[in-house]
Amino acid sequence: MDLRTLHRLAPCTWEMPPRDGMNVPAVVYASEALVREMDEKVREQAENVARLPGIVSASYAMPDAHWGYGFPIGGVAAFDAEAGGVVSAGGVGFDISCGVRCLHTGLKRADILAVQQPLADTLFKHIPAGVGSTGAIHLNSEQMHDMLTGGARWAVAHGWGTAADLERTEEHGQMPHAKPGCVSALAKARQREEMGTLGSGNHYLEVQEVTEIFDTAAAGAFGLAAGDVMVMIHCGSRGLGHQIGSEFLLRMAAEAPVHGLHLPDRELACAPIHSQLGQEYLGAMRAAINCALANRQILTHLVRMVFSTRFPAARLPLLYDVSHNTCKVEHHRVEGRLVELHVHRKGATRAFGPGHPELPPALRPAGQPVLVGGSMGTGSYVLAGNASSEALAFSSACHGAGRAMSRHQAQKTWQGRSVLDDLARRGILVRSPSLRGLAEEAPGAYKDVAAVVDATQAAGLARKVARLEPLICIKG
Amino acid sequence: MQSHWEHFDHGADIGVRGFGATEAAAFEQAALALTAVVTDPDTVRAMDRVDFDCEAPDAELLLVHWLNAVISQMALHHMLFARFQVQIHGHRLKGQALGETLSPTRHGPAVEVKGATVTALRVARLAGGWVAQTVVDV
Repeated sequence: MDLRTLHRLAPCTWEMPPRDGMNVPAVVYASEALVREMDEKVREQAENVARLPGIVSASYAMPDAHWGYGFPIGGVAAFDAEAGGVVSAGGVGFDISCGVRCLHTGLKRADILAVQQPLADTLFKHIPAGVGSTGAIHLNSEQMHDMLTGGARWAVAHGWGTAADLERTEEHGQMPHAKPGCVSALAKARQREEMGTLGSGNHYLEVQEVTEIFDTAAAGAFGLAAGDVMVMIHCGSRGLGHQIGSEFLLRMAAEAPVHGLHLPDRELACAPIHSQLGQEYLGAMRAAINCALANRQILTHLVRMVFSTRFPAARLPLLYDVSHNTCKVEHHRVEGRLVELHVHRKGATRAFGPGHPELPPALRPAGQPVLVGGSMGTGSYVLAGNASSEALAFSSACHGAGRAMSRHQAQKTWQGRSVLDDLARRGILVRSPSLRGLAEEAPGAYKDVAAVVDATQAAGLARKVARLEPLICIKG
Repeated sequence: MQSHWEHFDHGADIGVRGFGATEAAAFEQAALALTAVVTDPDTVRAMDRVDFDCEAPDAELLLVHWLNAVISQMALHHMLFARFQVQIHGHRLKGQALGETLSPTRHGPAVEVKGATVTALRVARLAGGWVAQTVVDV
């Protein structure tokens, strides 16, 4: 990104003042090095989002921002329905409520190393992963409806988890105001066999070791100590979410002129929040959030089953579950006034600060855990939300490393087998149904996640709590 | 123009681009590029047929509708497609895809396609033929 187009407000805060129809400024939170690496399209997209009606304060890009469709990935934007604000399918993305959850195992590195190979094989056998994989749970119409309204709460009611899991999940495991009736028959059909599946691409399940603690107090609140083994799951709403995203993106693109929306780019497809289409999308999107929460809850159950065969005493309590592709109604203070906003986070994590009433009591003093997945060869981070994040970006932070190289280029650069062997030599066992998929997901294809979280902390969006490194990776 | 397809770069995702003597041929090639995101199309046998019928307000949104319909059928029936035949009249498309059930061992599928976007979307007449392209989310 050309630095000459930006005003540097702080070491990790850059502003593009309103111009050419922008209603608000665009703000990028990143170090100078990360900004330089960002595609010029991030600037263009962040500015285009700033031109949408009803946007409040600014259009934000997180430190891991990269070129998306309409909104940048790593984009945050809040809209006021009463000021003509819009909801955008592209501003949420195709993998609605894709997110990360992190489980404690109560185990240490040595426990895993003793069974690393067979544990990797058993996890790979029991966690459906990769293109076309199906789960053991098949839903009829009534069960589909219940799942789409109940989310993780529905899964727990079926025995796939505990009440304690719900307390550690955003929305307490159940997104309210979901409307399964706004979800097409095709979207439901695609999901019928996909409950409890990981998916493919950048989705994964990892067994990780906490290798470094940065914030002792927050780590204590989160129950994290150096040497602890955790399980991190990254996946979303599977075929149902993809279908909803595809259908509404097209409807919004086609109907924009009907709503008097003159979009600078068709990919900014959106609908007024108060329109029928906007309300239908919100109802369907919330159902997809419940689908993602239920899916990660079922995967949690499968992980617990596998661990119980090797470690009968292990309970694997949930640290937290975050979603990073959503539009949620939240109340935020804007210019001293509490306002109801529709906050879009596309590749960005909610990051409520300490004391926020949405957080469970045990986590409230530290702030919300922000789970940031890296590539399979580098590491992941647990951050904690800051009180300052609300004024900076409606309590949002980064979500991952972000790609540095296209899949196309990665495929030409690496061989899946050598990626597998290199990681094995470093003590990271990877299991995947696709060698080509591994090449496309090679660690070198991603940005340095450490630089992303450092910038996130420097910008004041969240603070570093712990770093985790993989021991086993099940790659979809 | 000889029918052919290619991929183009788009950050985290991937662009599919089809060329052909006609608009329909370009749409067929764009769908073949879609298969190639998942696996080598030459490994897919043209055994089973799926029919398609799509309509959109304009040619570009028709391409997105078409690719999304192919993506949905791939997911729903766990299939990969090796060959496409398309007829376009105005902004209505009728077509067929021939393929087979996905085999993880034989096809080694790299990634599933989530949906077709309207990013870098273009359906246009070129000298001697047509191009149809967009970015798909993976």
